[in-house]
Amino acid sequence: MSDKVIYMDNNATTRVAPEVLEAMLPYFSDLYGNPSSMHSFGGQVGGALTLAKEQVAALIGATPDELIFTSCGTESDSTAILSALQSFPEKRHIVTTRVEHPAVKNLCENIDNLTGHKHKVTQLPVNREGVLDLAKYEESLTEETAIVSVMWANNETGVIFPVKEMAEIAKSRGILFHTDAVQAVGKIPIDLQNLPIDFLSISGHKLHAAKGIGVLYVRRGTPFVPFMIGGHQEHGRRGGTENVASIIGLGRACELAGKLMQEENTRVKAMRDKLENGLLQTIPNSMLNGHKTDRLPNTTNISFEYVEGEAILLHMDRYGICASSGSACTSGSLEPSHVLRAMGVPFTAAHGSIRFSLSVYNTEDEIDLVLDKMGPIIENLRAMSPFWKSDHPGKVGSSQCKCSC
Amino acid sequence: MWDYTDKVKDHFLNPRNVGEVSNASGTGEVGSLACGDALTLTFKLGADGRIEEAKFKTFGCASAIASSSALTEMVKGLTLEEAEKITNEDIAEYLGGLPKEKMHCSVMGREALEAAIANYKGVPIPMAQGELVCECFGVTDLEIKRAILESNLKTVEEVTNFTKAGGGCGNCHDRIQELILEVRKDIRGEAQAEDKPKRLTNIQKIKMIEDVLEREIRPALRKDGGDIELIDVDGDFVMVSLRGACVSCVASQTTLKDYVEKKLREQVLDTLIVEEEKA
Repeated sequence: MSDKVIYMDNNATTRVAPEVLEAMLPYFSDLYGNPSSMHSFGGQVGGALTLAKEQVAALIGATPDELIFTSCGTESDSTAILSALQSFPEKRHIVTTRVEHPAVKNLCENIDNLTGHKHKVTQLPVNREGVLDLAKYEESLTEETAIVSVMWANNETGVIFPVKEMAEIAKSRGILFHTDAVQAVGKIPIDLQNLPIDFLSISGHKLHAAKGIGVLYVRRGTPFVPFMIGGHQEHGRRGGTENVASIIGLGRACELAGKLMQEENTRVKAMRDKLENGLLQTIPNSMLNGHKTDRLPNTTNISFEYVEGEAILLHMDRYGICASSGSACTSGSLEPSHVLRAMGVPFTAAHGSIRFSLSVYNTEDEIDLVLDKMGPIIENLRAMSPFWKSDHPGKVGSSQCKCSC
Repeated sequence: MWDYTDKVKDHFLNPRNVGEVSNASGTGEVGSLACGDALTLTFKLGADGRIEEAKFKTFGCASAIASSSALTEMVKGLTLEEAEKITNEDIAEYLGGLPKEKMHCSVMGREALEAAIANYKGVPIPMAQGELVCECFGVTDLEIKRAILESNLKTVEEVTNFTKAGGGCGNCHDRIQELILEVRKDIRGEAQAEDKPKRLTNIQKIKMIEDVLEREIRPALRKDGGDIELIDVDGDFVMVSLRGACVSCVASQTTLKDYVEKKLREQVLDTLIVEEEKA
């Protein structure tokens, strides 16, 4: 691997911003008190937590008492969905989508085992561009629906869902609405004051805070049943001593994200567009996965036909370029990403998808280098692919792939 | 990230013998674009009956490319009889090992070789003659049985890692389990692997509990002038009510846990918890 890292995998995780680290450090050494303690040594930590909560609240237009710190986005998602089901035990229907992150998808698919009750789960389809059909969404809602859980922006394609409209529809029907916003928070403006959203999940490490810290927003007045039961922390809504340093860091990260929002949507977006257009124009048989405009400013997901994603990534790794793939081989499963399959991406392309996700730390030079290297990598792999530039039917023997891939 | 050996990385980054042999003696093709990996293997037989040249074209991940490259190196100079003896384990070993989830990549190499030899001999590919078990990845019972036998596979997951069978829709998992039992029975006359405890329905559970109560527990309690009644079953919780002499007996709690619960756990389900219903 090359010494220099060109990090374009920010939807997977981000670097902790230097300012964030600096804010966190005292809480690992001098300021180690427990905010629940009666003495002022611990109490001063409590004051810092209050400030952090205000910083998070400011980024998303919430009030501080509507926020609960959790251990990660996954915990926030589980808490929200299980809370809604417990608040309305007679309602046994969940509406979600086929392209959710596993934190929501696998939870919903296994919910019967957790609650001991049978639930109906509607997983809304998306079209070829990864976009939901609002009419289908409205049809799916019933008297039985306890909660709608729809991601704000997709982690693989960056496609943004019409969360505002969807939340309004749910509200008009008296149904709780949760959104997994871990990819959206910090990248696009969010103002919960003007949105009838009941629950919203945030993950710290997706916006330059540390791993192991998340937030669940619970609208004031929304019924809530805790997931982690223990002490009185978070007003009894989430037991467990606060992850102080990470919370302080998250507060600082949210403050920074607010300041950098403009840059994210101008300079970062311009770099993303340059990368995307450059790759699509110079590499034949490449295609964009996901809607061209309803999309996060930092994400592009491109398929290179007739080559396999893991092989591409390992060649990129030689130059220190970090990205992700939706191919089967990178996941350890045998099928390509459920998101690309839900979108109906043809199998010639699904196995060869690469996701680049940028951040404010990327530079124009890095984009140029990636544009320079990608062409030869794809060409090299295609040269050894039995399907490239051949009239090969693409299948051999009895393989028919009747399954969803 | 996969933990690849240096040899895998070397054969992936610098693959040997890429391409197609001109005037090939035999051509073997396996896999499909849909399934994420595919391999075309061509070879040329020399005048001395030994493989003079072998080349590959592979669509797939790093280990698929490395396995193909390794295979072409391994078969050079071998007679067809010798080449036929190469197993997927040999290919993996040549590469210093493969992650277990990637073993199917080496299997693909071996199958391409078999297909190429069959093509040369003008006979059908032996492994393709079997019953198609996994429709998603086109794997036959013969291939699955051979993998179980040669690599000593014990679970459906292992079979999937080695052959890809069962890695798609999952409809064939039961059939794969049958094949595992079949092969293992054949090799060692091994007694059928112990059946997993079946999940009981509530009705089955209640019937079995009633049955044990009636047959064993009640007669024993009645000897001391007591009795027991089943009130409810909720998941693992068995609610009972003690009657007769048991009500005033100081040892009733011991009876409940050490005798009733023990018997029910032995004969019905070992997770049951017996509790007395308090009026």
